[in-house]
Amino acid sequence: MTTSYKPAVHFNQVDFSTKAVHIVKGVTGSFPEGKITTLVGPSGAGKTTLLKLCNGLLSPDSGVIYIKGKPIEDYDPIELRRLVGLALQSAPMISGTVYDNLNLPMELRGRKLPETEAVQLVEDVGLDKSFLQRKVSDLSGGQRQKVSIARTLVNKPEILLLDEITSSLDRKSMKEIEELIVHINRKYGTTIIWITHNLQQALEIGDFTWVMMEGEVMESGESSLLENPTNDKVKRFVKGEEK
Amino acid sequence: MSYLTLSITLIFVVIPLLLSKTLNLGLEKDTIIATIRSIIQLLLIGYVLKFVFESESLVYIFLMVTLMIVAATHNAQKKGAAIKGITWKVAVTLVFVEVLTQSILLGFQITPPTAQYIISISGMVIGNSMVLSILFLNRFTAEVESNQEATELILSLGGTPKQAIHKQLIDSIKASMIPTIESQKTVGLVQLPGMMSGQIIAGADPIQAVQFQLLILFLLLTTAAVTSIMLGFLSYPTLFNQRMQLLKN
Ligand SMILES: Nc1ncnc2c1ncn2[C@@H]1O[C@H](COP(=O)(O)OP(=O)(O)O)[C@@H](O)[C@H]1O
Ligand SMILES: [Mg+2]
Repeated sequence: MTTSYKPAVHFNQVDFSTKAVHIVKGVTGSFPEGKITTLVGPSGAGKTTLLKLCNGLLSPDSGVIYIKGKPIEDYDPIELRRLVGLALQSAPMISGTVYDNLNLPMELRGRKLPETEAVQLVEDVGLDKSFLQRKVSDLSGGQRQKVSIARTLVNKPEILLLDEITSSLDRKSMKEIEELIVHINRKYGTTIIWITHNLQQALEIGDFTWVMMEGEVMESGESSLLENPTNDKVKRFVKGEEK
Repeated sequence: MSYLTLSITLIFVVIPLLLSKTLNLGLEKDTIIATIRSIIQLLLIGYVLKFVFESESLVYIFLMVTLMIVAATHNAQKKGAAIKGITWKVAVTLVFVEVLTQSILLGFQITPPTAQYIISISGMVIGNSMVLSILFLNRFTAEVESNQEATELILSLGGTPKQAIHKQLIDSIKASMIPTIESQKTVGLVQLPGMMSGQIIAGADPIQAVQFQLLILFLLLTTAAVTSIMLGFLSYPTLFNQRMQLLKN
């Protein structure tokens, strides 16, 4: 089980609510270092909220989150967000070119991304270097996601949070991005936490999985649990009866 | 103008009332309230001004200006309910704009230090500052609301709250200042400013009236810029907490 690995992120009895809704309910568990863990569950389960808790865009109401063994509130928020990169589901872009977007994390530090590094980055995510001068408004959904991932990588995060980055993509783009993420994981030992609603994808690329429903972690462990869940609700979910 | 003539001008109120009734616009009640309020408020202020001008006392001038600021603050803060401590932020902005403009006017002896000048000009400055505050707050709350993702993007890449909100802040400051700048481009061509018209009707030399109007227009440029920028920089930090998180309301 996940407990035998060193956790990159550890949740201990974490609760989070807005005024109206109790979104994350008493979540405890670990995301092992250097591994790919998928986060699955019906929409509205609280998956996105969980990711935002991991990089400090949100703070828990109670409970503690540890990042590399240190309580999250002991990190400076900016340091934390560079250490724990997040690629948002909608891949929002700032207006301008692909280069402008890749340069954004450097610009925020008052620096400039060198041309050679920019070329390396776009090529790493499977785009031609001519893309650097393209307007982001001309990109396809798949290209946008690739740029969004490349932009997150500029900060060289040790932990990478991915929110449904392949949901809106065709099969070919999906496969390319899967390969890319696996490649990043192998090459840099980056810990990946990946929200997906594609259970096949979770089985294929994830080392571990968390099944979240209604703000709770129903089951977690090696990805193969998705083939043989024990919890009744999770059984119904993997059969596609609960979306 | 006699009170009799003035009462005949109520024809101009009856026309919209009839139109509203015929077309079912449902604006009758508001029109009547607006009319009654304007009559009472203006007559009242007329008598108060007469009293203050005649007394020439600094205390009364100070009280009048304070009253204007309080009323303007009360009006403008309603538009920024989402921003913590908006009341004092608007108040500080209005006080600053008022002190800045009067210091320049009186310091360079552009206008004489009489109740007549101080109060009329303060009224225009504070009134415009209030409108600018409302324009800015409306726009800024809408920009923040509709650009939450962009804000989160920058925060998640390691940006500071100021970097994360910068574009929305600048866009809102610009948008709120545009009406002031645009209206100055066509002034005199499309419409004569109300104050200048008033002076001319009251018998002032048109050139004198124009000079004075120019002074007011320039004054309002400063008012617009200082109000929006100051209110903007006072407001944005309250949208975030100590952990650099965007607060949801
Ligand atoms: N800022 C918010 N304010 C109010 N409710 C929210 C907010 N963010 C998320 N929610 C609610 O919390 C629940 C979980 O949301 P989310 O974490 O986005 O789930 P998931 O990513 O699993 O679909 C949903 O019911 C959603 O409507
Ligand atoms: Mg989600």
